[in-house]
Amino acid sequence: MQFDYLLRKVFFAVITLIVVIVFNFFLFRILPGDPVKLLFRNPRLTREAQELIRVQFGLDKPVWLNIERLSAGDIPGALDSQFTAYIHNLLQGKLGISFTNRQDVGEVLSERVWRTVLLVFSGELLAIVMGVVVGLVAAWKRGTAIDSAALFIGLLTWALPTFFLGIILLILARGILPTGGMVTPGLAEEGTLEYWIDVGRHLILPSLTLAVVSASGYMLIMRSSVVEVLSEAYILTAKAKGLSNARILFSHALKNAMLPMITIIALTLGYVVGGAIQVETVFSWPGIGRLIYDSVAKQDYPVLQGAFLLLAVSVILANLTADILYSVFDPRVKVT
Amino acid sequence: MKQFRQFWRKPGGVIGALMLLVVLVAAVFAPWLAPYDPYQRVQVEASDILAPPDSEHLLGTDDAGKDVWSQLIHGARVSLLVGFTASFVSMVIGTTVGLVAGYFGGKIDNFLMRIVDFLLVIPDLPLALVIIAVWGRGLWKIILVISLLGWTYTARLVRAQTLAIKERQFILRARAIGANHRRIIIYHVLPLVMPLIMAQAVLDISASILAEASLSFLGLGDPTLVSWGNMLNFAFERAVSRQAWWFLLPPGFAILWVTLALILIGTSLEEVVNPRIKSHHLFNASRMVSLILPVPPRAEAIKEEP
Repeated sequence: MQFDYLLRKVFFAVITLIVVIVFNFFLFRILPGDPVKLLFRNPRLTREAQELIRVQFGLDKPVWLNIERLSAGDIPGALDSQFTAYIHNLLQGKLGISFTNRQDVGEVLSERVWRTVLLVFSGELLAIVMGVVVGLVAAWKRGTAIDSAALFIGLLTWALPTFFLGIILLILARGILPTGGMVTPGLAEEGTLEYWIDVGRHLILPSLTLAVVSASGYMLIMRSSVVEVLSEAYILTAKAKGLSNARILFSHALKNAMLPMITIIALTLGYVVGGAIQVETVFSWPGIGRLIYDSVAKQDYPVLQGAFLLLAVSVILANLTADILYSVFDPRVKVT
Repeated sequence: MKQFRQFWRKPGGVIGALMLLVVLVAAVFAPWLAPYDPYQRVQVEASDILAPPDSEHLLGTDDAGKDVWSQLIHGARVSLLVGFTASFVSMVIGTTVGLVAGYFGGKIDNFLMRIVDFLLVIPDLPLALVIIAVWGRGLWKIILVISLLGWTYTARLVRAQTLAIKERQFILRARAIGANHRRIIIYHVLPLVMPLIMAQAVLDISASILAEASLSFLGLGDPTLVSWGNMLNFAFERAVSRQAWWFLLPPGFAILWVTLALILIGTSLEEVVNPRIKSHHLFNASRMVSLILPVPPRAEAIKEEP
């Protein structure tokens, strides 16, 4: 059953990936305008030169199926289309070139991706710690003022748009913490300790913003999950054995209540990625999110396409990982 | 209707309803309440640009010399329009999918639920962002994208309820006297699920408003409209460095105000219609619980008819 479950999850992830890739291809084909003109933005480019570039990029080929060659009886030739070229390039890691500076999209993304990873990881870590601690306390003290306060703050942070929380923190922390970028220019050589301390200082506000927004969800789930676990018979048994409250809470309740957290973290990752775009925009954090914001403004579609694909694929893979982890930690899982 | 009366006994629900009323009044009577028309061209002098609040302009002026207070009032229209329309469309799609999947089960159910799973995995905001970026900016496009991405939770909720309801005696009796599937779904299942759908729809309005605000803040809002998200986009680009808090903070707090109001109403409604939910059912919290735990039949929440 275990194996069956995993196989189904992997199968679903693969299908999802394929749908995203196909969608990503077609979405950017409905764009109005000629990509050659968008790419070079040069009115002096002659018609012949434009045609040459079009052939070079394979834009003279049909989008989906090469009907012309299919009807001529050339069956493998039917696949000679923009779509197969796209898949072929994708498998080689070629994501096209940027409209604005003609840099390789793959290069642009790989240069920036670790910064977003750093932001999301530190934000998530902080969010999990905050969510677990507050949720545990709220559940233990349920029905009291502490519980109501925790619920109210959870409610408030959910209603708050991520970017607006960022803006508020940005105003409040002005002069105390760096509010934009990732490093202070000219402060230290890359790779030195001083450099990383500087990056850390720049990271505080963006990751705090991201953390507060995701923490409310984790807090609420942790709270309800602990409340549920606390009503289980084994908690009563532990109490009857004379264990201290702290021991029961941390080694009995916490462990079991943590299980749903794995799935929650994976499922909310999509929201976190959306939050990261907003946070990076507010704090000019030079990651994928800020890249998306800039590309939207500059109508740099290849970069946008690559960035979206990268985000979607990461979230799909993270979900698959969570499903696998969940079945490792909780062998009861069969079908969801 | 008894449930409706219970709603007014919830302090959260009453506060939320009053808060929403303020925004509704602002939206409906915007042209009369706003001292200036934000859509009108204005003659500006240098001193009118990002001018701090005074007696003439309650909340000062923006980077184009326009009255911020008037824009704030008009912005309520866009937020509520997007919120209500998008959540209505998602409600219709989600309810239909949920009813069909839950009632018929089998292959149809499997197929529809895989679509739901698919939409759950794809990150919403980036997807909405690329679609609008490619398709072009416009109010109706934003509404359509938000509603097409936002129906999945309603579908899951309705499906779970339908699964529980269809096992009950009166459905069998209806079948026995010759009612067809459509009739059973519309007259017997839907009325029982409706209260929960309504509560969920209210929560969806706030999610849609937040989505619109985020898209507009990222520069993808309808450029022809005065909306809170658009205001924040302009304010963030131009007012932060000049410390023009009167332009930056009001639209943000307006969004917070209306989403908080809707969440208070939604969670109170939910507590009334579904007594099993004891804690606040917001964000992904209980959503997530219902996703992870095998869906418990909630039949006991709805009293069996004699």
